Amino acid sequence: MKENQVVNNNNYKIFVLIGYGVLLILGFILSNRLGSMEISVDRIWEVIRFDDGSPQRLVLWNVRLPRTIVACLAGINLALSGSILQGVMRNPLADPGIIGISSGAGLAGIIILILFPEHQNLVPPAAFLGAIVAAMMIYILAWKGGIQPIRVILAGVAVSAFLGAGISGLMVFYSDKVHGALMFMNGGLSARSWPQVWMILPYTIAGIILAVLLSEKLNILILGDDIARGLGLKVEATRLGMTAVAALLAASAVSVVGLLGFVGLIVPHSVRIMIGKDYKYIFPGSILLGAAVLVLCDTFARTAFSPIEIPVGIVMAVLGAPFFLYLLRKE
Amino acid sequence: MKFILNAEDIKISIKNKNIIKSFSYSFGQAKIYSIIGPNGSGKTTLLRALSRNLKPSSGDVKLYGKSIYKQNTKEVAKKLAVLSQVHSSMTDIKVRDLVSYGRYSHRAWWKGNDSNDIDMIEWAIEKTGMKKFENRKINTLSGGERQRAWIAMAIAQKPNVLLLDEPTTFLDIGHQLELLKLIYKLNREEKITIIMVLHDLNQAVHYSDELLIIKDGELVKDGSPWEMLEENVFEKIFNVKGSITKDKETGKPIFFPLDVINN
Repeated sequence: MKENQVVNNNNYKIFVLIGYGVLLILGFILSNRLGSMEISVDRIWEVIRFDDGSPQRLVLWNVRLPRTIVACLAGINLALSGSILQGVMRNPLADPGIIGISSGAGLAGIIILILFPEHQNLVPPAAFLGAIVAAMMIYILAWKGGIQPIRVILAGVAVSAFLGAGISGLMVFYSDKVHGALMFMNGGLSARSWPQVWMILPYTIAGIILAVLLSEKLNILILGDDIARGLGLKVEATRLGMTAVAALLAASAVSVVGLLGFVGLIVPHSVRIMIGKDYKYIFPGSILLGAAVLVLCDTFARTAFSPIEIPVGIVMAVLGAPFFLYLLRKE
Repeated sequence: MKFILNAEDIKISIKNKNIIKSFSYSFGQAKIYSIIGPNGSGKTTLLRALSRNLKPSSGDVKLYGKSIYKQNTKEVAKKLAVLSQVHSSMTDIKVRDLVSYGRYSHRAWWKGNDSNDIDMIEWAIEKTGMKKFENRKINTLSGGERQRAWIAMAIAQKPNVLLLDEPTTFLDIGHQLELLKLIYKLNREEKITIIMVLHDLNQAVHYSDELLIIKDGELVKDGSPWEMLEENVFEKIFNVKGSITKDKETGKPIFFPLDVINN
């Protein structure tokens, strides 16, 4: 009987993963189907494969499909980044923001948007750079013959506050130019197309491969530093490497879609509540659910109050927070 | 006797405080060593240094003649396993999965468990009596079962030396004895050298071949349990007056604390 329970237990995890997968497929279809021009599922399939010069093909190929893909990739990167950080820092509140990704990218992006609005195309690389520089700064500040998670978290808070002051300062002094900055701060996917797909894709592929390879190391790391070292894990190197991976994943996403902080915190956490603490399941779960959540929320954000598009960050917070609270209560 | 783990003049200071002033000792093969001493004497710090979890300020620890700090940490893990007191015991991983982590150092990073790994995992689970719990989650086990699961993980490393930091803390007396008997069995049957920090003097006396007494960061006395008791070492170290009797069945000494000595 006990055997049965166990089998069911593992089946349950796989069942949940399949559920996430279904959600993602559903999101993918809805995102391509809905909008000012509805396209039936059959038509979607047709025009993806053949360029028949129809308006549907035009809309789908140039707007909806790439946007959907960007949403998937950004969702994957942010969720993976968050799940890695929650393990590495052994802190359930860790998210890409904690290693300065949001504040670094935010400040760099806003400097471009406000001070050099004529160079808007520089926002993604600048944001990427800002995120990486902020993450490195935090790491260097927290380094003291090794890395203690709690020091990283506190250094992160301090650096983020410092950079946040810069963001607020700029917004106050240039209050007439704040609109573009606000859109970037809230994050969004409008007008994202193929160039953005190619910008994120390499990171997503590398991230997924690393996630598969590193899941056991992370499983061992969360047992505690002394235990992990005893088992033969290079604790410091693993922590450093994983944080770097998380930083690159989040930076690549944030530079393209703006500061969508929520996915990186809520998705991995929800996955953890639903399937447990084994990273062999958390990683695939975060990948599928991260993509699904962002695609579905983006679809909702652009269709619910059409023709007005609400920032997807707001949708995620409004829909995600109550769902998350529900999971917490149920646990 | 063959020595397998040598501490050579270890000194450890943390924030300018000398936790371990000087410690040298050679641990021999297939014996049980217990490190005892008052609270704050540096026992746990010493064990962390012996298990490369804390690099000494000076001195070295050599495993089969090679420094544990300078060689590949995976190579160390194949010969030396450690169970620290602080571990995340509330993990929801399954016992069998936890035990399989013990094979981490034996496995190339791109590979899963081969048949040898699976045999070792099976062996570790059987040896610790965890077969019927192997598919249970760690956080659903009782304290004693949980500790046995962690020990199974450690011996799956197939170590020659096993370091344990107060393995019986938080266990009731029945589970304490059960665990110590398991450790004793691992030592006698598998010839694993055991080095453990223990709190209970009688348990240390009963289950150890050698006792090491640490006070204020120094090794003040070492030797067999009888030697310790005959010289009234406990009175000097712990400031406790007591009587010593001989256990009728085992012939081992029993220390019964009677009163605190106030200087």
